[in-house]
Amino acid sequence: MSLLTRLFGEKKKTAAIAKERLQLIIAREHVDGKASPDFLPALQKELLDVISKYVKIAPEDIKVQLERQDNLEILEVNIILNETSPPSRPQ
Amino acid sequence: MRIVVVTSGKGGVGKTTTSAAFASGLALRGFKTAVIDFDVGLRNLDLIMGCERRVVYDFVNVIQGDAKLTQALIKDKHADTLYILPASQTKDKEALTEEGVEKVMRELEAMGFDYVVCDSPAGIERGALMALLFADEAVVVTNPEVSSVRDSDRILGILQSKSRRAIEGREPVKEHLLVTRYSAKRVEEGEMLSYKDIQELLRVPLIGVIPESEAVLHASNQGVPAIHLKGTDVAEAYADVVSRFLGEDKPLRFVSYEKPSLIKRLFGST
Ligand SMILES: Nc1ncnc2c1ncn2[C@@H]1O[C@H](COP(=O)(O)OP(=O)(O)OP(=O)(O)O)[C@@H](O)[C@H]1O
Ligand SMILES: [Mg+2]
Repeated sequence: MSLLTRLFGEKKKTAAIAKERLQLIIAREHVDGKASPDFLPALQKELLDVISKYVKIAPEDIKVQLERQDNLEILEVNIILNETSPPSRPQ
Repeated sequence: MRIVVVTSGKGGVGKTTTSAAFASGLALRGFKTAVIDFDVGLRNLDLIMGCERRVVYDFVNVIQGDAKLTQALIKDKHADTLYILPASQTKDKEALTEEGVEKVMRELEAMGFDYVVCDSPAGIERGALMALLFADEAVVVTNPEVSSVRDSDRILGILQSKSRRAIEGREPVKEHLLVTRYSAKRVEEGEMLSYKDIQELLRVPLIGVIPESEAVLHASNQGVPAIHLKGTDVAEAYADVVSRFLGEDKPLRFVSYEKPSLIKRLFGST
């Protein structure tokens, strides 16, 4: 080690990389692992029932998922409406 | 009686070192404490406690009805109210049955124990599941390292889904984060995750930080739990953990690093 690097230190700051990676790893595991709460399928079904009153929609067109970022949870609902399908009349 | 599991998912992070020190610390405070080795097939708590030559019967013998619990419990030589229940060296982990473990816990309660500390094996299989099954509290031992933090996160998920408390919908297992093998110097230099980073990632209340220390090897060489090595940083850090566990307010120690002066850096001495 040269005198200069000993004096001023030239070390890689890898801890920040570790933290960033862990944030992603943990967020992902919580999404497809244990933290996916069991109300999601029920929520998806109820949404489907409500929306079907107004538009024609297939079950797979509604996607519900929970994601964690830092200190908050995001409930993401994706509904794909098929343009060609005519709206069904409200009952 | 409270049952405390010391767990981690990942191997070699300091569970047995912690179980020995923590159980000894509770006993030094006057609590009647039992520490159980759940690492069936690979026992080493007896070595860390320095009682390997007094092992006659073990946990599996008791579960299988070959010995009475009172015959298998070994009285610790350093702390009056501490007892060790060693694991079997020969049997495999399948020998740990739910009913068997439950029976032992009931009996310990009837014997008037205040605390049972369960030293979990690594992994997330039978041995680890049995160690956490009856837990009221969990000490999750984590090293400042990516794989250890990830495994701690997994074991927290298991505590929240597979413990009796979780299955029966009772109040959840009380979780404590213990960061071990910590180097304040490397954290300061940006080379190691800080305890704050780890706590932010796992979101579990911190019960302590144990520094990386040569004293741990001296302790295991002699078969003396690290908390007994008077004047060492690990002994004091573990004593603080016990105090916080008992509800006392203790500021964190051994978590900051003073850069050596320029003169020291120029002329060495590390
Ligand atoms: N604070 C520390 N400073 C230095 N070395 C330590 C510290 N804590 C533990 N060690 C060392 O790390 C190694 C593993 O410790 P220990 O056996 O307690 O881990 P473990 O989690 O029980 O392992 P396993 O998963 O195999 O049961 C041992 O060699 C021990 O001496
Ligand atoms: Mg161990």
